[in-house]
Amino acid sequence: MTDATAHEVHDKNPAISFFVRWFMSTNHKDIGILYIVTAALVGFVSILFTVYMRMELYEPGVQYMCLEGTRIIAGAVEDCTPNGHLWNVLITGHGVLMMFFVVIPALFGGFGNYFMPLMIGAPDMAFPRLNNLSYWLFVAGSCLAITSVFVPGGNGLSGTGVGWVLYAPLSTKEAGFSTDLAIFAVHVSGASSILGAVNMITTFLNMRAPGMTLHKVPLFAWSIFVTGWLILLALPVLAGAITMLLTDRNFGTTFFDASGGGDPILYQHLLWFFGHPEVYILIVPGFGIISQVISTFSKKPIFGYLPMVYAMVAIGALGFIVWAHHMYTVGMSLTQQTYFMLATMVIAVPTGIKIFSWIATMWGGSIEFKTPMLWAFGFLFLFTLGGVTGIILSQASLSRVYHDTYYVVAHFHYVMSLGAVFCIFAGVYYWIGKMSGRQYPEWAGKVHFWAMFIGSNLTFFPQHFLGRQGMPRRYIDYPEAFAFWNKVSSLGAFLAFASFVFFIGVIAYTLLAGKRVEKPAYWGDHSETLEWTLPNPPPAHTFEILPTQDMWDKSPKH
Amino acid sequence: MAHAKEHDYHIIEPSVWPFLGAVGGFIMLLGAVLFFNDYGPWIMMIGMVLIAYVMIAWWGDVIKEAQTGDHTPTVRIGLRYGFILFVMSEIMFFAAWFWNFFKHALYPMEEGSGGVWPPVGIETFDPWHLPLINTLILLLSGAAATWAHHAIAHENNRKDLIQGLFWAIVLGVAFTGFQAYEYSHAAFSYSGNIYGATFFMATGFHGAHVIIGTAFLLVCLFRAMKGHFTPEAHIGFETAAWYWHFVDVVWLFLFAAVYIWGG
Repeated sequence: MTDATAHEVHDKNPAISFFVRWFMSTNHKDIGILYIVTAALVGFVSILFTVYMRMELYEPGVQYMCLEGTRIIAGAVEDCTPNGHLWNVLITGHGVLMMFFVVIPALFGGFGNYFMPLMIGAPDMAFPRLNNLSYWLFVAGSCLAITSVFVPGGNGLSGTGVGWVLYAPLSTKEAGFSTDLAIFAVHVSGASSILGAVNMITTFLNMRAPGMTLHKVPLFAWSIFVTGWLILLALPVLAGAITMLLTDRNFGTTFFDASGGGDPILYQHLLWFFGHPEVYILIVPGFGIISQVISTFSKKPIFGYLPMVYAMVAIGALGFIVWAHHMYTVGMSLTQQTYFMLATMVIAVPTGIKIFSWIATMWGGSIEFKTPMLWAFGFLFLFTLGGVTGIILSQASLSRVYHDTYYVVAHFHYVMSLGAVFCIFAGVYYWIGKMSGRQYPEWAGKVHFWAMFIGSNLTFFPQHFLGRQGMPRRYIDYPEAFAFWNKVSSLGAFLAFASFVFFIGVIAYTLLAGKRVEKPAYWGDHSETLEWTLPNPPPAHTFEILPTQDMWDKSPKH
Repeated sequence: MAHAKEHDYHIIEPSVWPFLGAVGGFIMLLGAVLFFNDYGPWIMMIGMVLIAYVMIAWWGDVIKEAQTGDHTPTVRIGLRYGFILFVMSEIMFFAAWFWNFFKHALYPMEEGSGGVWPPVGIETFDPWHLPLINTLILLLSGAAATWAHHAIAHENNRKDLIQGLFWAIVLGVAFTGFQAYEYSHAAFSYSGNIYGATFFMATGFHGAHVIIGTAFLLVCLFRAMKGHFTPEAHIGFETAAWYWHFVDVVWLFLFAAVYIWGG
């Protein structure tokens, strides 16, 4: 596509101002881009928190987070009174931001918005204005969350340090009003996600291209549909639970206060009834991206399409009935523990279907290791590793020992940080040419991948050892015995952070000076979904004439 | 639309309401936190006014679009899906309150409750007096809404539509009034004990939904009087009726579980 036509395509409505385009948008592609950019910004804040934490954990003793003042350069341990509250605020902020304000907005809000309607040949989302409300509520929630860090909190200091799970009674007793703001931030983020889910599900059900029956929808669109259901049914329960926290904090109710007949364990049940589906909310859209990427770069259709679809559905459904495996230490009966253990292990079956189908897709394929494929490959290896430690943690007897140790931290960062985040990067490199019309330099993408792969593994793999040695999570300091692997972990984190900074550079270079991509299906003819029939970038309004079946249905005629 | 549309979907022009609504949400919640901490309600109220303004303006736009034919049969299917999904999320919201109720009713804590439900020292309402009357009022209101729906959908009878809606609203307001009366005569308080917290939160959120549903029906009444609804196209009213029945059914569960079984 020449510059002239690109110009024409983009300015069909030349009167549209910056404010109208980006603040009043009813366009799923613009809103998708807003989501991705905002999630990246919030992600950067959240990553800064972790870098500071890894700096603190680089050596035993507290060198940075002192009550006398936080330091950028390590100081003598003797001059420092540890500021444990600041530490708690950082872990809380990192968790809340990553869970609610980075991964869901990037995968579900960003890629889901941009590519799900394109893949099903819809001209836009079902409710375009509602779509924009979802986005701006996400921004409002992010603002509330970040404000909460700076207002009066517990221990006479600012910020809330109760952990992202907001467990009572810690969260109901934390002083100040930082915790209230954090709770409202989660409320708003939940409302944003629920409205997004209503929109995505309706779009998927009502706006598929002529002839695109449910069993012909691309896997990424399916993944967004399944995620939509998880959000729709899980998040309202969290909203109820944190509303109870709010009234316990401010209006003297005793839902979670034993002195008034309440029960703090009830909060954990409600939280994890949401929390376990939540981890699938984070990863299932990633499954969709990985399916598209692996098929494209193996130059084969996905192996076992239908089992892949129903494995996602099964993972979603099972996700609602395993929540108490996060709570083996609260004193449940043996029968309950046995049930939750068995139900949890069942999830390995559909997950196995997915992993083996991805491998079978590659088997005999003509594999091309372009950057998105590297991320997908990295995802497969690391998500499987995180899954294996997941099986170990599903055992109640083992989990009681590993509970609240770094083993758990390593486990969930393998499935989330190395799972979901690798999916985000796979999506960015796979689609950035489509979204911007410019392609990233292949070498730079590969450098980013290898730096991140090595960095994040260095960060999290040693944490398995630390956990097995008994190092508890959520502490600002540790004894000398844990020093070596903590140092390795910190070095890994610095490398991963450097790779993220490099990534920002890659993206900036791509958007400003990247090579223009003319061919709609620039990854070759094996990327068969409908977005590859469109110019790069696509015009503001796409599929105003609905696509015909031959444009997307490449299955052999029977 | 600058160009011809060759499909049945509804492509919407840019709108400032979502952005303003989110700004209102931020102000309201920030203000609410300040209000909880004795800084006065004013910031919260500014946010609420902004949200109310956005709701009126946004839904006013939707009504205009409906009246100018943007809601094709395909779009109406989507609106129905969307509303059903919204109600499903509401059901899961109430699941949290019922979960809390059944946990404490089935497994009362020794400390604070004395190991029984209702907890020691709590005097509950007699379900067979005002609560029963209120149940009948709400069911009757639901019946009136259904009458109105049949009138428009099957008979194109605007007079009965208006009458049905009118009675549904009157009965809904009566329900809210009786509920307020009941609250003012409660022998337990909202704070300090698990029974009051559970009772007032579950029935209170239901009450809030009754008020929202009444407002929804009221808008439909005005629209019916202006002749907005036809036998084919009356999504606004249809979803209001669904919402009203949802509120009805939640009440039946509250009545059976909280008032009768747990009372």
